[in-house]
Amino acid sequence: MKFSVSNTVIDVTAARKAVADNSCGALVVFEGWIRDHNEGRQVERLEYEVYRPVAEKEGARIIDEALERFAISNALCIHREGLLELGEVAVIVCVASAHRGDAFDACRYIIDQTKTRLPIWKKEHYLEGISEWVNCEHCAAAGHSHEG
Amino acid sequence: MKTKVRYFALFREQAGCAAERVEWPGGTASELFQIMTEKHSALKTEAAALVAVNDEMTDWETPLNEDDEVLFFPPVAGG
Repeated sequence: MKFSVSNTVIDVTAARKAVADNSCGALVVFEGWIRDHNEGRQVERLEYEVYRPVAEKEGARIIDEALERFAISNALCIHREGLLELGEVAVIVCVASAHRGDAFDACRYIIDQTKTRLPIWKKEHYLEGISEWVNCEHCAAAGHSHEG
Repeated sequence: MKTKVRYFALFREQAGCAAERVEWPGGTASELFQIMTEKHSALKTEAAALVAVNDEMTDWETPLNEDDEVLFFPPVAGG
């Protein structure tokens, strides 16, 4: 499975092994972690809602696009859903290729597209006791990023 | 025309329901969303919102067909 959604802890070692190939000299991995703050507020935990039927289809398309655009051998992306605690891996992208340049570019492409195209939403639960959906509308407009 | 509408995340909370069946004159996804904002006063248009029809991403100006299932996605925030 090139793109998948998981409701359990992501096995980072298994993800790396899944793209391993003797023809590859480079592996680039991006992990998105749950951090303890966002826009000046203290985050306690985070909740992901995923609409799987569309996310899985569109996610697979993103991986296919990366395989076409860049000289890479294998790529995968796993995204979590449900309630996540601080420090947990929310998303992982693994790209293997003969040389590092294309693996870096493809990894960036996959995570950027994942953030803007897939029906995935996050609700931040704050230390002050309230929770809010994170609205990323301003991300695209102002170059704002939620990356760690 | 009959259309099934589904709301997700913020839109679900604003609409106060996850899904509903709508009888309307027909038109585009954009026009249907506008009608739904008049029905649910808390539902607000978002420039970065996305739309899917029958589990395929589409654009807001696509004309809808009888019995389509329309999915209204508020601005996404994966990663």
